[in-house]
Amino acid sequence: MPIRRDCCPETFSPEIAMTNALLARFIEQKKRTDIPEFRTGDTIRVHVKIREGDKERLQAFEGTVIARNNTGMGESITVRKVSFGQGVERIFPVNAPVIDHIDVVRTGRTRRSKLYYLRGLKGKAARLRERV
Amino acid sequence: MSPGILGKKIGMTQVFRPNGEVVPVTLLKAGPCVVTQRKTATTDGYEAVQLGLVEFAKTKNITKPAAGHLKKSGADGVRFQRELRLDGGSGDMKAGDRVLVGEFKPADKVDVIGVSKGRGFAGLVKRHHFRGGENTHGSMFHRAPGSIGASSFPSRVFPGMRMAGHMGHQRVTVRNLEVIEVNAEDNVLAVKGAVPGPAGSYVLVRRARS
Repeated sequence: MPIRRDCCPETFSPEIAMTNALLARFIEQKKRTDIPEFRTGDTIRVHVKIREGDKERLQAFEGTVIARNNTGMGESITVRKVSFGQGVERIFPVNAPVIDHIDVVRTGRTRRSKLYYLRGLKGKAARLRERV
Repeated sequence: MSPGILGKKIGMTQVFRPNGEVVPVTLLKAGPCVVTQRKTATTDGYEAVQLGLVEFAKTKNITKPAAGHLKKSGADGVRFQRELRLDGGSGDMKAGDRVLVGEFKPADKVDVIGVSKGRGFAGLVKRHHFRGGENTHGSMFHRAPGSIGASSFPSRVFPGMRMAGHMGHQRVTVRNLEVIEVNAEDNVLAVKGAVPGPAGSYVLVRRARS
């Protein structure tokens, strides 16, 4: 069922244009609003809640966003960092409550949406220019 | 309290529980409904309530007999009607009463009845999960049914033999789905799991027998 632009302009976005207006509104209400705006290529720090027994602490994972997959509630990001010379990637569901908050550390200029080519590069070659 | 509500399937998404658990949900546009007829043991021989889903329905698309029936309860814009049995003692509904999604609350259990997606004339692999044969390596047996019985005895095919044929577009009931969320403002009901039928199809939401 295509969404009509005039029926709910406040929630209209092209990604969800193919979905039902009520579904779009439901997702809009459920999505987390405290996640900052960032794109692939940006360096972010994701603070994840970790339960240890009955205590909860935060763990930060800092790296480059190399992919943003899906939209809506199931949106996920792939964050890559190089730790002691070893590439490490973690996939985070953006709207999950396990994510405490996300800081944008640095922006990066990219010409594509998925930066999987970074996996094959290291050192100076794996740098991204700052977005202006 | 109404034994159920009528609605339309919107589509699926997922939500997170406070503990981080992901729940797949189907959104239903449930109601507003109107009681179009109240059947009683004295007049009809059983206790039931007939609900109609209030929506935008062109009057020219409603047949005259249906319009006459709806006039008795003052219902307007009703195209989809279903009947639900009432258990004894809950006869507090009368024709013209409105049934809204707010009667349901999270953690309630419901049964959802709909018409499944039609698959047309489907083969055995899709319809009965037969395995089929190899596609290559010289195999000449791909998706064919194989043997459907012996020869001179019994000289017939046993009834109930699984064969190709029409699949889907059947009334399907999914029982004991958990209500995850109720949005009274938009008349949206979110139930856990999948619901039969394509998005936009009519469904009947019934309270599960506890």
